Amino acid sequence: MNAESPESVRDAAGGLQQEETVSREVVVVNAAGLHARPADLLAREARKWQSRIAFVNDSQRADGKSILELLTLAAEAGTRLVVEATGPDAREALDAIGSLFESRFNEHENDQES
Amino acid sequence: MKFSDFVAADAVRSHVHAATKEGVIREMAQSLVDAGKIAAGDLEGIVKAIMKREDLGSTGIGRGVAVPHTKHPSVNKLVGTVAVSQQGIDFQSLDGEPVQLFFLLVSPPDRPGDHLRALENISRQLRDDSFCRLLKAAKEPVDIQHLLEEADSHGVVS
Repeated sequence: MNAESPESVRDAAGGLQQEETVSREVVVVNAAGLHARPADLLAREARKWQSRIAFVNDSQRADGKSILELLTLAAEAGTRLVVEATGPDAREALDAIGSLFESRFNEHENDQES
Repeated sequence: MKFSDFVAADAVRSHVHAATKEGVIREMAQSLVDAGKIAAGDLEGIVKAIMKREDLGSTGIGRGVAVPHTKHPSVNKLVGTVAVSQQGIDFQSLDGEPVQLFFLLVSPPDRPGDHLRALENISRQLRDDSFCRLLKAAKEPVDIQHLLEEADSHGVVS
């Protein structure tokens, strides 16, 4: 599922440097799309991790730690995005972000509020 | 989507008087009533719905900007307005900064796409530091109107 880039390199001592990039696809499944509340949830989660986190669609790349940038994706229900995490805790960060998408950002289709 | 597609020019305010979250939301909703965009009888319901949404998590999105909003069945198209607080208001934003710049949106319950495109336009334009700074420095509502028009004509249109 997770794609690994060849960026991880071994230092002189043979230890793995902690700059691995992992990525996965996520789908926006809640009906309201990636609006302000999910963007806030995602940015708060992304900020818990040391890794850099980016969301990528066909035409742009958004910093996962910025609500403003996440909102510029205007990702409606059904949109597929690639999430990339680069850093020492990239895998854990990616799992945590993926879980938020899978839980539809805790939204239910008959919720009154957006 | 452009600002002119949803911002009621007559409802734009450069000096909000309120010093609290609910106060500024009420003042902005009242400006939409005064501009004829929402009915006076819906004011309370809309303010309550926006506050209820804020309880779920602040719409303060950073950089001194907030986008308080709600769906409401009384509108048949997305309506919104812009206001500036000279002093800044505590909005429990993600970055902890007080909010000076407000974009209030009321959208019909069945149009999530329009709401997303309005948020996209606002957030994309606000990535421009000078646009953000000039809006906060607006002296008169007409200054804000001109800045929005300029963003509409020179910004990247989607």
